[in-house]
Amino acid sequence: MTALLKNKQTTCEIGLSGLAAVLDLTGAMYVPEHDALLVADLHFEKGSSFARRGMMLPPYDTRETLNALSEAVLRYDPRTVVALGDSFHDIGGPDRLGDEERATLAKVQSGRDWVWVTGNHDRILPESIGGEVVEEMELGPLTLRHEPMEGARAEIAGHLHPVGKVVMRGRSTRRRCFLTDGARCVMPALGAYAGGLNACDAAFKPLFPNGFTAHLIGTERIFAIAKAMLCRD
Amino acid sequence: MPKAAYVLGRMSKASASLPAVFRHWFESRGWAPRKHQLELLKKARGGTSVLLVAPTGAGKTLAGFLPSLVELAERGGKGREKRALHTLYISPLKALATDVARNLETPVQEMGLPIRVETRTGDTPAHKRARQIERPPDILLTTPEQLALLLAHREARELFKDLRRVVLDELHSLVTSKRGDLLSLGLARLFAVAPQLTAVGLSATVREPDDLRRYLAPQREGADNLADLVVVQGGARPDIRMMELDERLPLAGHTASLSMPAIYDLIRRHRTTLVFVNTRLQAEYTFQELWKLNDDSLPIALHHGSLDVSQRRRVEEAMIAGKLKAVVCTATLDLGIDWGDVDLVVNVGAPKGASRIMQRIGRSNHRMDEPSKAYLVPANRFEILECRAALDAVHEAAQDTPDARVGALDVLCQHILGMACADPFRLEELYEEIRSAAPYANLAWEDFEAAVAFVATGGYALRAYERFAKIVKGNDGLWRVRDARVAQQYRLNVGTIVESTMIKVRVGSKPRARPGTVLPRGRILGEIEEYFAETLTPGDTFLFAGEVLRFEGIHEDEVIATRTSAGTEPKIPAYDGGKFPLSTFLAARVRELLADPFEWDRLPPQMTEWLLQQRRRSVVPGPRDLLVETFPRQNRFYMTCFPFEGRPAHQTLGMLLTRRLERAGLKPLGFVANDYGLAVYASGDIAARAARRPDFMDELFSEDMLGDDLEDWLAESALMKRTFRQCAVIAGLIERRFPGQEKTGRQVTVSTDLVYDVLRKHEPDHVLLRAARADAATGLLDVRRLGMLLQRIRGRIIHKPLDRVSPLSVSVMLEIGRERVYSDNADEILAEAEAALLDEALA
Repeated sequence: MTALLKNKQTTCEIGLSGLAAVLDLTGAMYVPEHDALLVADLHFEKGSSFARRGMMLPPYDTRETLNALSEAVLRYDPRTVVALGDSFHDIGGPDRLGDEERATLAKVQSGRDWVWVTGNHDRILPESIGGEVVEEMELGPLTLRHEPMEGARAEIAGHLHPVGKVVMRGRSTRRRCFLTDGARCVMPALGAYAGGLNACDAAFKPLFPNGFTAHLIGTERIFAIAKAMLCRD
Repeated sequence: MPKAAYVLGRMSKASASLPAVFRHWFESRGWAPRKHQLELLKKARGGTSVLLVAPTGAGKTLAGFLPSLVELAERGGKGREKRALHTLYISPLKALATDVARNLETPVQEMGLPIRVETRTGDTPAHKRARQIERPPDILLTTPEQLALLLAHREARELFKDLRRVVLDELHSLVTSKRGDLLSLGLARLFAVAPQLTAVGLSATVREPDDLRRYLAPQREGADNLADLVVVQGGARPDIRMMELDERLPLAGHTASLSMPAIYDLIRRHRTTLVFVNTRLQAEYTFQELWKLNDDSLPIALHHGSLDVSQRRRVEEAMIAGKLKAVVCTATLDLGIDWGDVDLVVNVGAPKGASRIMQRIGRSNHRMDEPSKAYLVPANRFEILECRAALDAVHEAAQDTPDARVGALDVLCQHILGMACADPFRLEELYEEIRSAAPYANLAWEDFEAAVAFVATGGYALRAYERFAKIVKGNDGLWRVRDARVAQQYRLNVGTIVESTMIKVRVGSKPRARPGTVLPRGRILGEIEEYFAETLTPGDTFLFAGEVLRFEGIHEDEVIATRTSAGTEPKIPAYDGGKFPLSTFLAARVRELLADPFEWDRLPPQMTEWLLQQRRRSVVPGPRDLLVETFPRQNRFYMTCFPFEGRPAHQTLGMLLTRRLERAGLKPLGFVANDYGLAVYASGDIAARAARRPDFMDELFSEDMLGDDLEDWLAESALMKRTFRQCAVIAGLIERRFPGQEKTGRQVTVSTDLVYDVLRKHEPDHVLLRAARADAATGLLDVRRLGMLLQRIRGRIIHKPLDRVSPLSVSVMLEIGRERVYSDNADEILAEAEAALLDEALA
């Protein structure tokens, strides 16, 4: 066990419908064969979206999310970046983006193909935020879309914000995670204020009729946890 | 009024100050008013605020109301066309307000007084609430939260401008929490609005009555303003003793199973017994055990906060009607409702504090001139020490109620929004008013400004939310709420009690036609904490509502459980800790008792024997020393220590010690803590390291652990995140969740844990983080007490390397397996879960 802990790699490799994919500690996924980095559910400007309704959450969530995104982009320097939907928390999000955040985003985007897949929170995206806007796209054998589709096979999606909860001898921890059965993958949300849906929730059942492995994002590395080890909230 | 409020006797001369109708009423009942009741009348006539400190049964409530009744009677029908609220009564419990209203009706009706008495609680229907503001009663009985709501009303100034008196019941219990902070701010507003107002506080005996006197009077810069004090000396000395058994008590555990037959015997021999325990789980266990012994089928009931309300009400009614022989209860019955003819109090387990135990004992025998009778029942050997120390304290009438609070910043934020809802305010005026509340007397202008900024836009250095501001400053210099929606938001979130998430327990039915299935169709038994439900797996048995239940699963938002067959042994869940740690005062007494062999004679022989063994095998520490023992056991290395500073402080110490041991390369594996000490276990040899480096122990326990180590831990501490959540809800950062609302999905709410992480990183000095840190100093983390401990033991650590466990250490070692093992290190937990997967794959 101690040996496992000492293994300080920040990434974890999996196979996905015949493609190799690297799961990153930030919650991003890198597909080397296509030199593409995937991220899901950034929920930029969720803080200001709440502030409009009188809940003044700290206005640093977009910065925080951008930090994670930049970190992943720096690590892999990918040709293509795909954001799998709900990149902004609401339609007005792009307009509320602060100057500093806007500049950071532009810097991360520069020199790469940037694709925004639309989600239920951001069906419309203005041109001003750069990149290409699509509803879904193909990446080799895989379809990339926001909301996972029942019955689809080779697919990478977001939308559900999976988190896994583990209880060992009375101690518990709840972490964001990738869920995969080797054919499809549901990615964790990257947004700083994006909450989570427990992987044991019924919503995941039709997507993984034969079960899944959860890759939980720890503090220093990613852990592969069997479905049977996960607990409900 | 409660019958005990009066004593038979001749009319004293003093009662001549009473109007004739009152004199006749007293006489017609053969009663005489008591001295302190008349004294309060005199003070009220003189226009001074007053604190009445009196034991249970002294007729406190009547004393509090008598001046109002007299004034209202004297006023008679005059000015009836335009009536104003005359007296406001605030109680910590809704039930108590209702109870007092009922008791007030009797004298009002019998004397035919033209006085209208009404209650206002969460249950009061909307039309009545509206009418109460339009045409207020003479006397209104309510709770601190309802007062806050009233004060935030646009008509508040009009409603309260003629208020003459505010009566604060059970003040000693109100002032110790954030509710007390909120109430103090409400009181400050009342004093500002009602020029003729005087306050009356009713309290049990406390250590520092001046703190309460200050609370009742508006504070002004440079002057210590105190309400007058009237003290009623306690009547007979309580008849209180420790239950001694011939059998040896265990070294750990809280169930007191050996004492159950003796407790049952006491119940049989008394009229009505209150059996107090510290936690809900102990209540369940005790109730269960007593019923096993109940061959006489005595009516014994159970009462605790998690039970369904209707079930609790039934018990309370049966109790008042005198139908019960005994009630097993937790702190929910601590406060002053008159539960009828109790003639014995039994306190099972640790007394925790001297004042606390005295207030509990006061529940027996409401006639103050007769001694209250009580037994303390220790559940383990350490509790014998604690009971002995508590008995000594009761004997000396020593008190250990907590220090006066410094007003919390999150409560301040809530209040500021409420005041903006009432009417526009000027910053300087509101600041002065707030500082007239004793807990906020030293509030710095900067903190006040930060709180206002928080209410307006969140108060962040990055000013991103100006256009969404909830309160805005107009050109006239006045601050106002932006719109009615903000006021509505305030009303939904008022209050300082943030409940931990609870989940309902429902009895499932097993249809005969379909064996093996359980349908969620039975009765709701009550609620359990969500985190407890999480630790259950189907098939587990647990005690709840006096029954052994089998956990079947979670269906929608409910725990579904089935009843088990008689005689099933429950899998008793982890001990729930109890909300109160051992008081500093009792802890010091316990250490003194332990340190002085001459005192051991006053302990039961089994204790003396145990301590002598400890002295032979290791050492018995002095009152200021910290004993640290190290010993190997089953390939692990243990370190135990005994600070006697209560479980929260020990938990924090354990967290910080394991961090330091980790850094020292000693590979700590976990620790357990109880009220008296803690045990840390590691795979590295701690004793060997200490032998090589003589300063090792001093460094390990040095005060600088409260610096960076503490900060590092706070970043990920689940307890700290819980503390922050409470502050965030109280301050109004996020909305309270109401039952049923949870289902509306993850989009409408945001996890405060995520907010905590972001805020901590970007604005570590934000007002909410400061509020949370102030709470951590005394609450779940008890950092302040840990600081006092580390200072006390500096240079006084006695390290005893042993080759096996000592008698003292056994007691805390026994907590291992019974207690949760603490760790906030996510990766350790995950690595273990991952290893389980590998094991499975390799098997």
